[in-house]
Amino acid sequence: MPLPIAPILGIFADNLRKRDSVLPLSKKTAMGWANGLNLPRGGKTVIYTGHVYQMIPAIDAMASQMALLENSFLTRFFGIGRLMNKFVSLSFFMGLTASSEKMRHSNQVLRDIVGLLRDAGVEFGYLYEEELYAGALVYDDGMDETFGHHARRVAERLKKLGVRRLLTVDPHTTKMFRQAYPHFVKDFDIEVQSYLEVLAQAHPKAMKPVNGEVVVHDSCVYARYENVCDQPRELLRAAGLSVREPELSGKSTHCCGGPLESLFPAEAHRISGIRVDQLEAKGKNVVTMCPFCWVNLNKAAGDRLVINDIATTLASCRRQASSCS
Amino acid sequence: MIKVSSNLAARVKDTEGFNAGACFHCGTCTALCPLGYEMLPRKLFREVMLGLEEKVRARIPQIFSCLLCRMCEKNCPSEVHIADNIRTLRCLINRQEFGLK
Ligand code: SF4
Ligand code: SF4
Repeated sequence: MPLPIAPILGIFADNLRKRDSVLPLSKKTAMGWANGLNLPRGGKTVIYTGHVYQMIPAIDAMASQMALLENSFLTRFFGIGRLMNKFVSLSFFMGLTASSEKMRHSNQVLRDIVGLLRDAGVEFGYLYEEELYAGALVYDDGMDETFGHHARRVAERLKKLGVRRLLTVDPHTTKMFRQAYPHFVKDFDIEVQSYLEVLAQAHPKAMKPVNGEVVVHDSCVYARYENVCDQPRELLRAAGLSVREPELSGKSTHCCGGPLESLFPAEAHRISGIRVDQLEAKGKNVVTMCPFCWVNLNKAAGDRLVINDIATTLASCRRQASSCS
Repeated sequence: MIKVSSNLAARVKDTEGFNAGACFHCGTCTALCPLGYEMLPRKLFREVMLGLEEKVRARIPQIFSCLLCRMCEKNCPSEVHIADNIRTLRCLINRQEFGLK
């Protein structure tokens, strides 16, 4: 039997209502990445992770377990699972098997983003435990009442804390704040920018070409919802890399299959496999700009490709450049 | 016999921004969709607009499979808000079929 849609969506909605996130994380998992960075608490401009990078290891672990359940007789017990989840967070326990290597990776990407913004002279704070998940999964899956309730809570909190500008780090959170919140939250007027837009606006100084070549995989959300296409290319070129375009890139990018992971894992794998073939035809070193793309393409590619988050790539170019100078 | 429900068609048509009525069935979207299902999204929209509730109900897995990637939408000559329309259908299904809000 395929995975049952209603109880899984029900678990996400219950979690968002009761626990503020589709996948509740411990404080250590949500904020550990910022240890030692001395990010000021709050402020008018804040970096907003929306817990997405931090969730990736747990989402990946859950997706693997779901893939095992897909087409098994156990799918009929999801209804009971939803009932139990009202009392104890099942997804939290499923996420306990998350790989620590993936956690380290997510944390390092966030730290690299902070480093890049600081190098560009951008000043910002962080909300620490006051930061909440933005609600993308519940919005995308069409549970608008639950989403609207959560969005208003998040917006109220941002207002109370005096936040006027969000620097987002992933496309899904960017889309939520820019496109969904204004429909659900009256007078939502917080400025929202992806850190890639902020970095590109800062006109990074061109570095010496390092003879590296990367194939760019655009996120559908950045490319077709948020118009973030040129900025990653400008940044990669300024970092001394030459950029290769796969078949279907920029505004015509091909999805990584990520949105299907929670309900249709086998289908997600099929779609990411198609994309891996397209990327591989243009080179082995691939750059992604969304954590879902990173994890899905990696899973499908195995050791056929070396896939790095764009923040990892940009930060390592800067490190190389500064060690040469 | 296929059950025709004016209720479904009426409810989606009443939803702000739902513009599948602008579709003229050229099939560009279906040809470009990475999922490659022959019914998504063109045929689905036709069934929705005709109020073929049973048929639409049988499409629930495909409706929740849509990646909301907008590959179709970017190339739609009639500027149908395909991804948002599909999200609207999810909202209606969640309420009507799954008791989720
Ligand atoms: S591309 Fe647009 S007009 Fe053509 S079938 Fe699809 S939705 Fe209809
Ligand atoms: S938005 Fe949905 S229907 Fe359109 S191309 Fe993407 S997966 Fe296919």
